[in-house]
Amino acid sequence: MASETLPLATAQAVTISAAGVYYRALNEQLRAAIRAGAMEVTLTDVTGQRYIGTGIQAPSVKIHIYGVPGEDLGAFMEGPHVIVHNNAQDGVGNTMNEGRIEVHGQAGDVIGYGMRGGRILIKGDVGYRVGIHMKGYREKQPLIIIGGCAGNFFGEYMAGGCQVLLGIGQSETKPVVGHYCATGMHGGVMYIRGTLDDHQLGKEVKQFPLDAQDREFLTPILADFAATFDLREKLTEFERYAKIVPVSTRPYGRLYVY
Amino acid sequence: MTSVGTRSTFVRRPHREKDISACGLIGFINRDGRRVSGEPIIRAIINMHDRGNGLGGGFAAYGIYPEFKDAYALHLMYDEENAIAETERLVRSRLNVAHAEAIPVFPTGTVREHPEFRRYFTYVPDSVTMDHDDYVVRLVMEINVRIDGAFVVSSGRNMGAFKGVGYPEDLAQFFRLDEYEAYLWTAHNRFPTNTPGWWGGAHPFTILDWSIVHNGEISSYGINRRYLESFGYVCTLMTDTEVVAYLFDLLVRRHRLTFEQAAMVMAPPFWEDIDRMPPEERRQATLLRQIYASAALNGPFAFLFGYNGGLIGLNDRVKLRPLVVAERGDRVYMASEESAIRTISPDLDRIAYPTAGQPVIARLYAAEEDTPANAVHSANALHSLEGEQVHGI
Repeated sequence: MASETLPLATAQAVTISAAGVYYRALNEQLRAAIRAGAMEVTLTDVTGQRYIGTGIQAPSVKIHIYGVPGEDLGAFMEGPHVIVHNNAQDGVGNTMNEGRIEVHGQAGDVIGYGMRGGRILIKGDVGYRVGIHMKGYREKQPLIIIGGCAGNFFGEYMAGGCQVLLGIGQSETKPVVGHYCATGMHGGVMYIRGTLDDHQLGKEVKQFPLDAQDREFLTPILADFAATFDLREKLTEFERYAKIVPVSTRPYGRLYVY
Repeated sequence: MTSVGTRSTFVRRPHREKDISACGLIGFINRDGRRVSGEPIIRAIINMHDRGNGLGGGFAAYGIYPEFKDAYALHLMYDEENAIAETERLVRSRLNVAHAEAIPVFPTGTVREHPEFRRYFTYVPDSVTMDHDDYVVRLVMEINVRIDGAFVVSSGRNMGAFKGVGYPEDLAQFFRLDEYEAYLWTAHNRFPTNTPGWWGGAHPFTILDWSIVHNGEISSYGINRRYLESFGYVCTLMTDTEVVAYLFDLLVRRHRLTFEQAAMVMAPPFWEDIDRMPPEERRQATLLRQIYASAALNGPFAFLFGYNGGLIGLNDRVKLRPLVVAERGDRVYMASEESAIRTISPDLDRIAYPTAGQPVIARLYAAEEDTPANAVHSANALHSLEGEQVHGI
């Protein structure tokens, strides 16, 4: 990117109006502000601009978004703390590597696809294929926490990291999660709060009650979630949760071997 | 990929680009029937400009011809001078034409070279004993198949489709859509993948007052097309979505299925899900899958389907394309992206993601009263279809 053509921000906190701004120009302005030393950037009047925060490597920068950001928010992102004050669309945190995305509303399909680090918190419901192909390696353990309910293929082919699904608002007609949950999952862990029938789950996983270690692991995560969204709902009745883990690390290992 | 159509001429020569797929669609209905200009739908589809690539855009509008509200409004697209006279001869020999005129167009921006557009407000003569809708469907097929360089863009009452090659905002300007008023609008921004980007291949696809805009691809096009041919529908527009318009006409108008049943035919539940249904529901789902196996749509789709009484959104059974629905007062929105809806309605009462394979149906309040009777009728129709061969026109 040609940095010499971009306006330089001098302030620590910068506000950029996205009204009528094409996504490329908006992302250039955002990057320029961060390069110029801004620690907090507020984007207002966002209406579907794509790729906001994509690929940005800046660990302590905060990006506030007002309005609905477009597809692939924070894709390949490494560091920033993104706060969406409205709903988000599809592809939030696609292949995200580090940082934090908070959505103070609901979000669409394929959230956290192939995610390999950092944390995504969604206050409300999410769509289909959330957390599919998530990966984890040593200290890089991505985490997705969802306050509402999720659609089908939740955590499909998950290979690492952790997903927590709280199911606030679930009912007879609105299940906490759809079908084909954790299909092909072969690494990582899921915690789902609510009633799960085995037929909703892939054949490669089993559900278990939480043990002391799980409770200890979850307690700070739930506290973070409740504090972030100012929730009063009690989230620590651990007997309501199911832990879902793969029963084999190589679910297809025997498929072609006799 | 899918080989579509065998016509010798094309309207303005199809482009041959192939690229990744991401059409954009949006529609809204004022359930109280209040009509609004095309201005908001144009602004909304512009928000999703990048979902298309300039090779197709289009709109369907309902309630635009109150002065001829009971007439079949035929929108025709002509690529050849000769086709005009031939088509008009055929139309006048079959229908009473109350009024005929050029559709006003305004070549501008990227839309300069274009086919000719005319419209005819027509009535089926009293002497015709066959079902009037069937009669018009047959005429539409005949024009599309027989007359080189003539295509019927739409043929419903008090509605019309406007489409072509270009970005939707350019086509809106070209057709002066801000000058029309409708209670139901749908819009499409095309990114052609497997089929050519040409004027007839733009969305919406229509028959009678059914119109469809679609994001995705219908891999079962070949099977669906052959199935439809056995009922007298001929696909001539070289785009997979065409079959969906005709399937709706066949399933809902002719076979009297409910929209829920038609959706189950097109996006059938998996057998393992059917096995878990309560007995009566299971029986119905099994019957629909068995009877209408060739009407099932394979491949990813999100589509919006309009008719005089309402707007329906449907995803494929595993939801491989985005769709979001929202409500504000008497208006219901359906779109690929929430941001497009927020562009024209920043505040919403409700917004939700539909479940795969489950239709979202927003009817006019006036059309809602018919629903229970229609549903009963459909259940009976389903009984009568059981174990019986269904014949075409």
